[in-house]
Amino acid sequence: MAQDVKKLQGRKNNLITWRFIKNRLMTVFAFGTILVMLCILISVLITLFVNGLSGLSFFTLTHMTAPQGLPGGLLNPILGSIIQVGIAIIIVVPTGILGGIFLAECSNKKLSTIIRFIADIMMSVPSILIGLFVYILLVMTMGYSALAGSVALALLALPVIARTTEESLNMVPSAIHEAGFALGAPKWKVILFICLPAAKGGIITGILLSISRMAGETAPLLFTSLGNSDWSWNILKPMASLPLTIYQYADSADDTWIKLAWTAALLITLFVLCLNLIARIYVDRHRKKD
Amino acid sequence: MLLKQSGYRKDKKIIPFLFTSSMWCGGALIFLIFLGLIFELFWQGKQAFSVFGFHFITSTDWNPGEQQFSAGAALIGTLVSSCIGVVLALPLSFGCAYCLNELMPQRFSKYITATIQLLAAIPSIILGMWGFFILVPLMSQYVQPFLQNLFGNVPYIELLFSGGTYGIGILTAGLILAIMITPFITAIMQESFSNTPVMLKESAYSLGATRWEVMHQVIVPWVQKGVVGGVVLGWGRALGETMAVTFVIGNAHHASWSLFMPSNTIASLIALEFSESAVGSLKMSSLMALGAVLMVISFVVLFCSQLLLKQVLKSR
Repeated sequence: MAQDVKKLQGRKNNLITWRFIKNRLMTVFAFGTILVMLCILISVLITLFVNGLSGLSFFTLTHMTAPQGLPGGLLNPILGSIIQVGIAIIIVVPTGILGGIFLAECSNKKLSTIIRFIADIMMSVPSILIGLFVYILLVMTMGYSALAGSVALALLALPVIARTTEESLNMVPSAIHEAGFALGAPKWKVILFICLPAAKGGIITGILLSISRMAGETAPLLFTSLGNSDWSWNILKPMASLPLTIYQYADSADDTWIKLAWTAALLITLFVLCLNLIARIYVDRHRKKD
Repeated sequence: MLLKQSGYRKDKKIIPFLFTSSMWCGGALIFLIFLGLIFELFWQGKQAFSVFGFHFITSTDWNPGEQQFSAGAALIGTLVSSCIGVVLALPLSFGCAYCLNELMPQRFSKYITATIQLLAAIPSIILGMWGFFILVPLMSQYVQPFLQNLFGNVPYIELLFSGGTYGIGILTAGLILAIMITPFITAIMQESFSNTPVMLKESAYSLGATRWEVMHQVIVPWVQKGVVGGVVLGWGRALGETMAVTFVIGNAHHASWSLFMPSNTIASLIALEFSESAVGSLKMSSLMALGAVLMVISFVVLFCSQLLLKQVLKSR
């Protein structure tokens, strides 16, 4: 009798120890995965800084790309990237916000559900296919141009901005909405002058994040703006951009070109990370205000 | 009467009309782009589909000299590399989400979540470069010889790890994809984990459950669909990833059992070959047809993931 009790108790203790050991193991595993991800991020950043920082000089920023063997800089890709992303923003911000208003305010619930679903899918559609689409649509008729590149970037950002606009419009308290109506304002006035300003924080965050995504996109630009090793101002002609320059230079055998590619990579990454940090701080501040 | 005379009514009609119609245009644009994307790719790829027929998908030939094109090898490369990516990303992101949501105090986890999300913001071409210059040498010197030693004598499995240790190949591509999609899956998992009712968790703790038991037996069953949806969404993203994969996969048009051999994916094949094909040629049409195949696969995958995620949101 006493032996049986002891046996049972032993089994119970074993079970408890095993449960706690398992818990401990999983905790270690979970912290391990975090550590792995942080190590990868740090490794990427260190590699970028070690290889790219030496090329980051006044000369690089103020000189154009040069043929192999000659000293060259990154001025035209930097300007090209800024121009193309700028045009893309001009195209996408109004259309994206309109799409977002449609999703949030359309009275036909079935239709808006379908379009919301499509926008969600579009957010993850391979960017290279968007490039092919714009190639068929614009490049086949007009030839390679910076404008086509901007359209491709805009198409990538459109669903993102539409969805973030919708979500932040939905976050606006309905009391504010109704107060506008109670004052006798028509629907368009309520949406444009009351809801949109109230949803400003979320919309701006969405725009910032999509700018950071557009700045690093390469695949759709391959077939649309083609890249240009020369000075390029005309938006109807091929234009250089930082990601395309990286793609072209990183594969080459020339050491100075590879170095320039690292510098370009460092520039893009710094830009993207800064935008992300700004967006995050902005969101935090808005949350605190509420 | 007075209002009518002052032109007030006219005003009242035009602006709302303009507003509603531009709003509808914004919505319709998203719809039209999507339809256009599918239609145009099939339309341009029509020539390749009609020349090769069903062979286009089943065969693995890619020989521009003989005008032989097919999607088989690239399709296998795409599916295998993205599956490796998902298989590696799943435990990583589960561990991260578990740790960030359940184990860490909130004031730390907030910052670490932000840091891990920064990894998702790094453009894919930069991860590709990092993979090419850092990961590939590591793979060829340490990981691949190690795997060959480990599995070299196991029948069947050794086929997967045969061949030279060049560092490039499907396995490396899968690794890069895993790194890229882990932050996405982590974010979705974290969101679904935090949707679990606190009362359920508390009652499990009060019964004496350990943290892992709460995770394993309360939270995971509760959020199953969301987690699966997130993983499938990550898979959808991995399918179409171009730049990072192009750098490390080696780009060779052939299918083999070995994970160490250079191969290619649909996206990397399109990116590489596109500039070398003339408008209107059979090769260009084949590339468009490849795009259409990729579109169909990713559409099906993304559709399923959205359905799963929607169900979770509805049940909330």
